[in-house]
Amino acid sequence: MRLKRKDILGLEEMSSDEIELILQTALSFKEILGRQIKKVPTLRGRSVVTLFYEPSTRTRTSFELAAKILSADTSSIAPSTSSVVKGESLKDTILTLRAMKPDLFIMRHQCSGAAHFVAKMIPEHVINAGDGMHEHPTQGLLDMLSIHEKKGKISGLTVAIVGDILHSRVARSNMWGLTKMGAKVRLVGPKTLIPPEARNLPVEVYTNLEEGLKGVDVVNVLRIQLERMKKGLLPSLREYSTMFGISKERLKAAKDDVIVLHPGPMNRGVEIMPEVADDPVCLVTEQVTNGVAVRMALLYLLLGGTEDAAAA
Amino acid sequence: MRLLLKGGRILDTSQGLDKVADLLIEDGVVAEIGSITAKADDQVEDVTGKVVVPGLIDMHVHLREPGFEHKEDVRSGTRAAIAGGFTSIAAMPNTKPVTDNRSVVEFIRMRAAEAGLARVHPIGALTKELKGDEIAEIGDMIAGGAVAFSDDAFPIENAGLMRRAMDYCAMFDKPVIVHCEDKALADDGFMNEGLLATILGLKGIPREAEEIAVYRNVMIANLTGCRLHVAHVSTRGSVEIIRQAKEDGVTVTCETCPQYFTLTEDAVKGYDTNAKINPPLRSADDVAAIKEGLADGTIDVIATDHAPHAIEEKETEFAYAFCGMVGLETALGLALTELVHAGVISLASAIEKMTAAPARILGLENGIKIGNAADITVIDPDAKWTVDPAKFYSKSKNTPLGGRELIGAASLTIVGGRVVARNNEVIA
Repeated sequence: MRLKRKDILGLEEMSSDEIELILQTALSFKEILGRQIKKVPTLRGRSVVTLFYEPSTRTRTSFELAAKILSADTSSIAPSTSSVVKGESLKDTILTLRAMKPDLFIMRHQCSGAAHFVAKMIPEHVINAGDGMHEHPTQGLLDMLSIHEKKGKISGLTVAIVGDILHSRVARSNMWGLTKMGAKVRLVGPKTLIPPEARNLPVEVYTNLEEGLKGVDVVNVLRIQLERMKKGLLPSLREYSTMFGISKERLKAAKDDVIVLHPGPMNRGVEIMPEVADDPVCLVTEQVTNGVAVRMALLYLLLGGTEDAAAA
Repeated sequence: MRLLLKGGRILDTSQGLDKVADLLIEDGVVAEIGSITAKADDQVEDVTGKVVVPGLIDMHVHLREPGFEHKEDVRSGTRAAIAGGFTSIAAMPNTKPVTDNRSVVEFIRMRAAEAGLARVHPIGALTKELKGDEIAEIGDMIAGGAVAFSDDAFPIENAGLMRRAMDYCAMFDKPVIVHCEDKALADDGFMNEGLLATILGLKGIPREAEEIAVYRNVMIANLTGCRLHVAHVSTRGSVEIIRQAKEDGVTVTCETCPQYFTLTEDAVKGYDTNAKINPPLRSADDVAAIKEGLADGTIDVIATDHAPHAIEEKETEFAYAFCGMVGLETALGLALTELVHAGVISLASAIEKMTAAPARILGLENGIKIGNAADITVIDPDAKWTVDPAKFYSKSKNTPLGGRELIGAASLTIVGGRVVARNNEVIA
């Protein structure tokens, strides 16, 4: 099986069939992560470049591990140590790297649409590992995989995404992915951090946390950027935490079997209280493991052969 | 040397002239209108079925010289102008050095004279270095040939200074052209604020950023009696504010650009940096309001905001791309296709907004009158053509309109009695 597309730029443009295929493939790959020898030859001889214009630990490591487990060769470029600091444009950086004949680019960039720009320019595969405030499709997929594992389904669930929706590519990818898979999505946060015309998205919008959490199956807590106060978006982290921080008490409004996700890194005591972060309801570490599986699945579905994933 | 235009429809809204007649140009000026027999060595152009209008004027052009000659210079910009049917253009002052003193004004006019193509009328900066601190030497720039004043895309924030600048310009009866944008509200946005910006993850600019500034400047125009010309109107609210201001007798005029009656924000989809302009492309409702404003006369002028940028300034991340698009070589075709053929306004109204109206605002000679300089554009309203940026005379090709099919083009551009462009090709 293979995805009939060159690039993974966002979940908005994906069909539910494609998402289903990725999640099923990821589930079957997850078995490999439990083996003692975590290596299969599936992508031997293929090479993958990770190009991260923004700092990232988990996403880059996750992609690199996923590629290595599948026996692909990986190179990682960090702009601070590359010719980007000499003023090289994104176009020239990509054309230079392309000349070294990689098969696939994994890219994170602070500008929305940067991955689209690259994908249009070159014939090689591009996976968007986060572009500005636009999308972070692999995070959306790993969140869905984590939900699916715990709940046995996505369709029919209600998921509240809480926090800085305005600046969040995670929120956007989750919204598209979850709604395509039949879940209901709520966006919850202070009005200054809800994007314009959010009500015209396929979601419900809440500015009151208790109402937003009422009866939900899943809470996906977003990281609050500490610099948001400077732009006048929030008066203080203290007030944010009081009004929107996820505590055990607050979770009482949700269903009894609620689960909590967080894309990390967490600000404990700000958007999520330690008592929740350390409780089994919180799936942060499972999310990270699922991230590797989802990225293996994507690399396989873009670069791999026509065999069934389970044969890998 | 005599040039005889035979059999065209002569249309000049400044004097209510609209009839089929021959037009004789002699020694660079309009000599005769009527039924004229050619002499042996006359240059004769058969313009039967075509429309002979006063030379088109574009009152909003960025020529980029001095300072940004990699994008455009006076010669390439005036070549683009005549190819698009324009015989006169007004050049914005965001040059380097800024056109904030007489020497730069005179330099631009000198360069235009050297090129010898379209006439170029410099717009002087309202404040020194476009910084919004001190009023520039407006009187001296007028003596050097400046026709209007503007701080272009760096609008004066300080309402007190704006009041004094407009008071000062009122003394000379020169218009102040304002790019209306509340920069704090626009907050470094990249496109129209709304659902699409939310989906694309691009920071939006609300319509109110434009409308608040339009309203403020209308009020200062009312306070000072200065003539205010609002540049590139893009929203329904702006049209409504200006409509009301005109009813109230405020000395305000305004322009829009073809992009604002042709395109919506949807052109940004796929992160097309050529559709990144300021003010941003808006919604279908705004486009409808712009058309209403054109039809009822609220919007006086069609200008281009021709904003050339080099390839590398557009071939980049959306956030880092420069704002603006070229327009000189597509404006007439878009006005005819989107407005006239689409039944929004009459041909005469479109021509009025590209000739007599900007001439009145800027105080330029225009019109097919005996003794006037023979700046004439001959339009083939039914010529079908496809926009091909590679063929532009402009040094820059930044437009999201490549491949668009248009109906109507300039078949002759005549400056001072000399045919300088034919069928969108420069022949001078």
